[in-house]
Amino acid sequence: MASLELKNIVKRYKSQTVLDNLSLTVADGETLVLFGPSGAGKTVLLRLVAGVIDPDEGNILIGGEDMTDVDAEFRGVGMAFQNFALFPHMSAFDNIATPLEARHSSQSTIKAGVESVAKLLKIGHVLSHKPRALSNGQKQRTALARALVGAPPLLLLDDPLRNVDAKLRFEMRLELPRLLADRGATVVYVTQDYKEAMALGDRIAVMSQGVIKQLGTPEQIYREPANIEIARLFGDPTINLLDVKPSRDAKGVYVGLSNVQVHLPAAYETAVGRDCVIGLRPEALSFVDGGAPGAIPVTVEAETPLNEKIVTLVRTVRGREILVSRPAGTPGQTEGKAHIAVDSKSALLFDHASGERIGSKNVVSLRNGEAA
Amino acid sequence: MEHTSLLERFLRGAALTLVVIFFMFPIVWIFMMSFQTNETILRIPPQLVFEPTLANYTALITGKLTTAAGTLDIAFMRNLWNSVFLSVTSVAVALLLGVPAAYAFARHKFRGSEDIAFTLLSFRFAPALLVLLPLTLYFQKLGLANTYIGLIWVYQLICLPLILWIVRGYFEDIPADIEYAYRIAGHSWFATFRKIALPLAGPGIAAAGLLAFIFAWNNFVFALVLASADKQPVTVGALAFITSSGIQYGQISAAIVLSITPTLALALYAQRYLVEGLSLGAVKG
Repeated sequence: MASLELKNIVKRYKSQTVLDNLSLTVADGETLVLFGPSGAGKTVLLRLVAGVIDPDEGNILIGGEDMTDVDAEFRGVGMAFQNFALFPHMSAFDNIATPLEARHSSQSTIKAGVESVAKLLKIGHVLSHKPRALSNGQKQRTALARALVGAPPLLLLDDPLRNVDAKLRFEMRLELPRLLADRGATVVYVTQDYKEAMALGDRIAVMSQGVIKQLGTPEQIYREPANIEIARLFGDPTINLLDVKPSRDAKGVYVGLSNVQVHLPAAYETAVGRDCVIGLRPEALSFVDGGAPGAIPVTVEAETPLNEKIVTLVRTVRGREILVSRPAGTPGQTEGKAHIAVDSKSALLFDHASGERIGSKNVVSLRNGEAA
Repeated sequence: MEHTSLLERFLRGAALTLVVIFFMFPIVWIFMMSFQTNETILRIPPQLVFEPTLANYTALITGKLTTAAGTLDIAFMRNLWNSVFLSVTSVAVALLLGVPAAYAFARHKFRGSEDIAFTLLSFRFAPALLVLLPLTLYFQKLGLANTYIGLIWVYQLICLPLILWIVRGYFEDIPADIEYAYRIAGHSWFATFRKIALPLAGPGIAAAGLLAFIFAWNNFVFALVLASADKQPVTVGALAFITSSGIQYGQISAAIVLSITPTLALALYAQRYLVEGLSLGAVKG
């Protein structure tokens, strides 16, 4: 078992800084997802931990031991690559066996080890095949088996589901958490798919341009995104973002949406009079009768089923387009004039200029209390 | 449809035949000449029908060349052996030095690596005649003139850049992740080089080795100047057939047939390594 600690990591390529003074701790047995757009530095970070590239500054501690200057083969980590990186001239069996061979295990130990992990990943029947004879799904499982076979205390998974088809990705997304939990290993998992991140991560680190923008549980990232960018990346359909300028009246802080006053939690007091962007998750909006308090008149434009949800595109009187989502099978307006209401408790308010969420510094207190 | 496709096939066949005849004719003609005497070769008009003789081959193998002016000693078999020895050793040395160097240039970008690699390539730019004179003087001072070691050394000018640059390209084509994966699995860099990089660059190494062998085999100028009779390869030795009593076309042809046989055999053997794909579908593109 091993924790992972990164201290002030800096990595530059020529003049470009890929990782900028990055620090991160992953607890023993925890699964941390590194999430972010391509070029954010996720893969570089993973390779630094694996030891195949060296940081320009900073320290890497695995299990409390400083591994910064230790060669890759002595770090004892397991890694699965996005492009699988199988050895094309070896059979699947030999591919999976390489970590065991490096330890000079006996032939019978190797055979037993490879076969048990192959059975776990359901590739026992293709062990004699060369990589070119494997399907993408089998390649991916072989790569995963190779990373798992040596029971490494620290597992690095670099977007292993990137190159497999949607069906398999869905299956693996369900299968992986159990698989990883069973191994008890500390896992760093890189992905660009927010659903994967939400499904697999004990915590998610959202990376962008070489720094961690937000670190928290999937719940926190979704409910309290640090900025507009993160709010937009998590959630499908995407969050509705509308320019607003909050005001105050006797009942508290409110924003005007299509001339209807929507009152916000008192925590947004500081936002009064500032140019803001309000973020409304599609599921925080619902169709209501015209007479209901806070009902906003809209026109239904289109309706699209999305898996277990139905997403409706509506247009406000000001001509702004908004997505409303509701569980499939529940009644809703399908055409013409309608009214929607806002669940103002879950509304998110961002500063227009910086994109930072207003009140995001209170994340810690919210995390502990979740008062309102 | 049937008709046009038939005509097309016929035309294609005819065109292919023409091309093959055009390229193979000299070799076939030389092969035929090697079984004829000088008199039948020089007949005008040339004739396809002749009485084959093995005299040319016997002369080469026994080393006794009988001409109108008397019997001459020729060292053809010795020359052939020299060619084999020099080419094989040179390519072996070049592979031993060049393949690890190519790997270093491909995988480790160190200060001046590009400059060193380019300098090695530039050996191929200079005309051989330009370097020959200073080389001869140095070699005489060093006692390397007319030695196998000296010749093999000079042959590195031909073989090493070729192998280095071709093999380097093949190493660069191996995705670095494959090597990283082997390192992370717990193997040393040397094991990675041996078990991953070498087998995957195998076709490239075979191609480069074959090409270097052909270049070394065909070399003329270096051996002409730096080697005396007993160290000369066939390319230089063939000059002996231009005798005072005329050019011995029959023996020259037989000599050519004998001297292209090893390269041809090697090329046919190495062919299967050359056509083998490199990446073998390990990495999704």
